[in-house]
Amino acid sequence: MAELAVKTKKPKQRRPTSLGDRIFDYANYTFLTLLMVVTLYPFLNTLAVSLNDANDSIRGGIYVWPREWTLDNYKYVLAEATIFHATMISILRTVIGTIATVFCSAMVAYTISRQDYVLRKFVTVAFILTMYINGGLIPNFLLIRDLGLIDSFWVYIWPGLIGVFNLIIIRSFIEGLPESILESARIDGAGEYRNFFSIVLPLCTPVLATVALFTGVYQWNQWFDVFLYNSSNIDLSTLQYELQKILQNSNASMSAKSAGDAFASAGNQDANAVTPFSIRATMTIAASLPIIMVYPFLQKYFVKGMTVGGVKG
Amino acid sequence: MENNTVSAASSSARSKKPAGLPRFFRLLFQQRALVVMSVPFLIWLFIFKYLPLWGWTIAFQKYKPALGFWDQEWAGFEHFRFLFADERFLRVLRNTLAMSGINLVLGFVTAIVLALLLNEVRKVMFKRIVQTISYLPHFISWVVAAGIIQSTLSPDGIINELLEKSNFIQEGILFLGIPEYFWGIFGAGTVWKDVGWNTIVYLAAMTMIDPAQYEAAEMDGAGRFKRMWHITLPGIKPVIVVLLIMNIGYLMESGFEPQYLLGNGMNIDYSENLDIFVLKYGIAQGNFSLSIAAGMFKTVVSFILLFIANNISKRLGEARLY
Repeated sequence: MAELAVKTKKPKQRRPTSLGDRIFDYANYTFLTLLMVVTLYPFLNTLAVSLNDANDSIRGGIYVWPREWTLDNYKYVLAEATIFHATMISILRTVIGTIATVFCSAMVAYTISRQDYVLRKFVTVAFILTMYINGGLIPNFLLIRDLGLIDSFWVYIWPGLIGVFNLIIIRSFIEGLPESILESARIDGAGEYRNFFSIVLPLCTPVLATVALFTGVYQWNQWFDVFLYNSSNIDLSTLQYELQKILQNSNASMSAKSAGDAFASAGNQDANAVTPFSIRATMTIAASLPIIMVYPFLQKYFVKGMTVGGVKG
Repeated sequence: MENNTVSAASSSARSKKPAGLPRFFRLLFQQRALVVMSVPFLIWLFIFKYLPLWGWTIAFQKYKPALGFWDQEWAGFEHFRFLFADERFLRVLRNTLAMSGINLVLGFVTAIVLALLLNEVRKVMFKRIVQTISYLPHFISWVVAAGIIQSTLSPDGIINELLEKSNFIQEGILFLGIPEYFWGIFGAGTVWKDVGWNTIVYLAAMTMIDPAQYEAAEMDGAGRFKRMWHITLPGIKPVIVVLLIMNIGYLMESGFEPQYLLGNGMNIDYSENLDIFVLKYGIAQGNFSLSIAAGMFKTVVSFILLFIANNISKRLGEARLY
């Protein structure tokens, strides 16, 4: 899409612009710059606090640059067994969940992209209907309970295995592939499975990257299913849920600097080396950094995915 | 529902192939590879997405977890009647509609305005940087976002500091402690998180507009605003309509995470929405029947809204969903 924008803009070598035009441009650039500042400031501020000496942060006045640099906050958080374990679970569910979702979605999408498939319509309708009808929180909870998935890692994987939105964007992508490639493969005597694995899957890399990003972000960010199904089992807790617990505690006291008392008191005597305020900032960064580092590189892909799925879905 | 689609699908398959059922099964056998690749997921779909609908029956029962389905005592519409007489439920309903209304209007307006502004940027690099940064809040979790909003709004946060320095106020305001402020905070927070993301579809639609139109308008002396109003906006109108329909269907979904994470004892009268109500009654208090009745009410209303919106747009001759 960005490429398209370039193409439409470039040939239009505009004539000398009028004053009104220039004023508009200045106002526009100023506004958009301001928007970037408003968007970024909270992150930069949190990053600065996480890299600043904890006791010094209490004095306030940290904006986007640490006053007394230190990595102690990170060392403290990583040394905390609960946090470390939760991070591992987060990584595990992100990796397994993403691979499973991408693979299964691609497989179903391939079958419903095949115009000659007898069950095509039935499968498509069955999936799309679930976008509008769902049992709701409690019936889903009862189902998970009856399936024995409570207190289990697999409750993070099974319920969200295939998303309709993902299905639609992959199917649209496959349908857009040149028919001749699939056709020639079939004539060569390639079976359905080989066709899917060695021809369709590799060709779908761009759309699968999009789906992988969406799923990865979803899995990494999810805390509600942990809260709902596994809150009694600390071994299955995730980073986001640990952060949520800290926030919930600080919500009661309403002041950011007294945040996470429960966490600190559950810690140890080192607690006076790091403060709840700094722990919270550090965990916020840890919980968002992996995503922040990945998404800009996939921008081209997800913009395309949203364009297809946003309207069709 | 399930049965209807089964017969619809198989009958259409049959009508296409005159030889009927035997032919259907022969094709099914021929395409067994495709069947193997999709039917297991149909079973998954049935279990995880359709089976829970059975739980709706609980809304009509005096549900006792220890009893089997046939031993439950039926309650008819009693729970629904209770809900609509319950002051708390009505307040929750008001909050839900208010917040999703704010979401809808604010979300659309800000995203369209931002897309229009971005579309006017001629420096490609600058545009790309703004876009990348504006997507950022969409990718972080609501837990992180709520934490950021909390510390920004806390008495020693940056907003209060700015207000104090410019002498608007003497001492820090506890923004999240003032119930009437909650809808505003929610609206601003949601816009902050998603405005950039929501521009994607509009910007894509804008690249489809024929540049010749702009050139012609420029020849005729149309200024920046005139071109935006008469060319760009009409150009993305179909996309706006489709998205509007989809969103009207979600009018009962005001979100769950922001309200739950930013809500507290002080602002509960304005922050508690349907989803939180369902969670509290169902999971915390174990009143499944009432909670499912509330959830079911939500789904049914959403479905009706979607249907109405789609019909209106059909009448107006606009793009529609189905």
